[in-house]
Amino acid sequence: MKTGQAMWLHERLELAFEELCELSGLTETELRELVDFGVLAPIDPDAQHWAFGADRLVVARSARRLRRDFDLDPHAVALVVALLERVRDLEEELRDLRARLPGGGAG
Amino acid sequence: MKYKDYYAVMGVDRKASAEEIKNAYRKLARKYHPDVSKEKDAEEKFKELGEAYETLRDPEKRAAYDQLGSHRPGQEFRPPPGWERQFGGGSFSFDDIDLGDLFAGITGGMHRAGGRGGKVPIPGEDYEVTAHITLEEAYRGTEVDLELTVPEYDESGFAHRVRRAFKARIPKGATDGQRLRLPGKGGKGLNGGRDGDLYLNIALHPHRLFRASDHDLFLDLPLAPWEAVLGTSVQVPTLGGPVRLKIPPGTSAGRQLRIAARGLPKPHGGEGDLFAIVQIAVPTAASERERALFKELAEASTFNPRGHFEAEVAK
Repeated sequence: MKTGQAMWLHERLELAFEELCELSGLTETELRELVDFGVLAPIDPDAQHWAFGADRLVVARSARRLRRDFDLDPHAVALVVALLERVRDLEEELRDLRARLPGGGAG
Repeated sequence: MKYKDYYAVMGVDRKASAEEIKNAYRKLARKYHPDVSKEKDAEEKFKELGEAYETLRDPEKRAAYDQLGSHRPGQEFRPPPGWERQFGGGSFSFDDIDLGDLFAGITGGMHRAGGRGGKVPIPGEDYEVTAHITLEEAYRGTEVDLELTVPEYDESGFAHRVRRAFKARIPKGATDGQRLRLPGKGGKGLNGGRDGDLYLNIALHPHRLFRASDHDLFLDLPLAPWEAVLGTSVQVPTLGGPVRLKIPPGTSAGRQLRIAARGLPKPHGGEGDLFAIVQIAVPTAASERERALFKELAEASTFNPRGHFEAEVAK
């Protein structure tokens, strides 16, 4: 990870486990829990040192905010984040379908 | 100092119980939390709510707040004499301090500013903001002007909320919903703590011609019926300038013709594609001659576009 430079949070850029903790504000335990609950998947779960796609930082930051602001336990965080991810995926699919419709689906 | 009515923000009575305040917070947080809300100004409203709740949930802070009396929101006021000695723990100016920052500084045991004057490194706050840009700006990369209300700290460690203007460079690679991290462009760290980051959430303005999905672009391409039947070559606009596109004979409506690498640049190199979606356009007011020719075509043609209906219709 380069510091000081603007960085697109896309899946092909890798963040080390510690970097994801530092940037998201999650503790190592919290981040491990999110991985255990299947909310955040490392690029290679069998690797000795986990790395994540940089787009996972958005999810990790969201998890930290939700935990703090709603006082949620780890299972509830996992549930909310998983549902939000599904909403995001559906929104992306909707955006794609609209883009493919003549007139953008506007009529 | 300007008054803020925390009870009104939370929609509760001044005599509300701790439980009522907690429930009101949870209800409004579900509505305005930026991670779950689609409401306009959710971020701003959630900040107001968080500020009100932080003060009212803590019995000591709530007592201090209640002693300020009740004023109109936005009204200039001064705390009653002796208030700062009782709650603030020192003398300071109330003139330009934000009420929320004042209460954020009063932590358990009524110490000031959460130890910001101490030696513990405190990382700067991360800022997060949506940057609205055009498709052309996403294509070329751009610089945006942003305005944010952020806390800044004075020597005694008190936060003052100030409106700050930022310039942020958005490199090529943007598309709708893409996030950009600008390291060190957030709040300043204290006592050697690292500076916070600025996170930009990119939102594309709708474009007159192109629609974006990820880094691909889609464009409606209207063709005359005879162009679709006979094939042709047309000029198609792209963000990088017009290109010629060959339309093969017998092109149907809805067909997507791919123009490689004419989409948006991707952050990790390469470009998305441009897809021209064929539409068959018909003249709204056909001339006599055109109508005659179409009639002749209708009589001569054996083409049946609804052949696959026949089995169903015959049932």
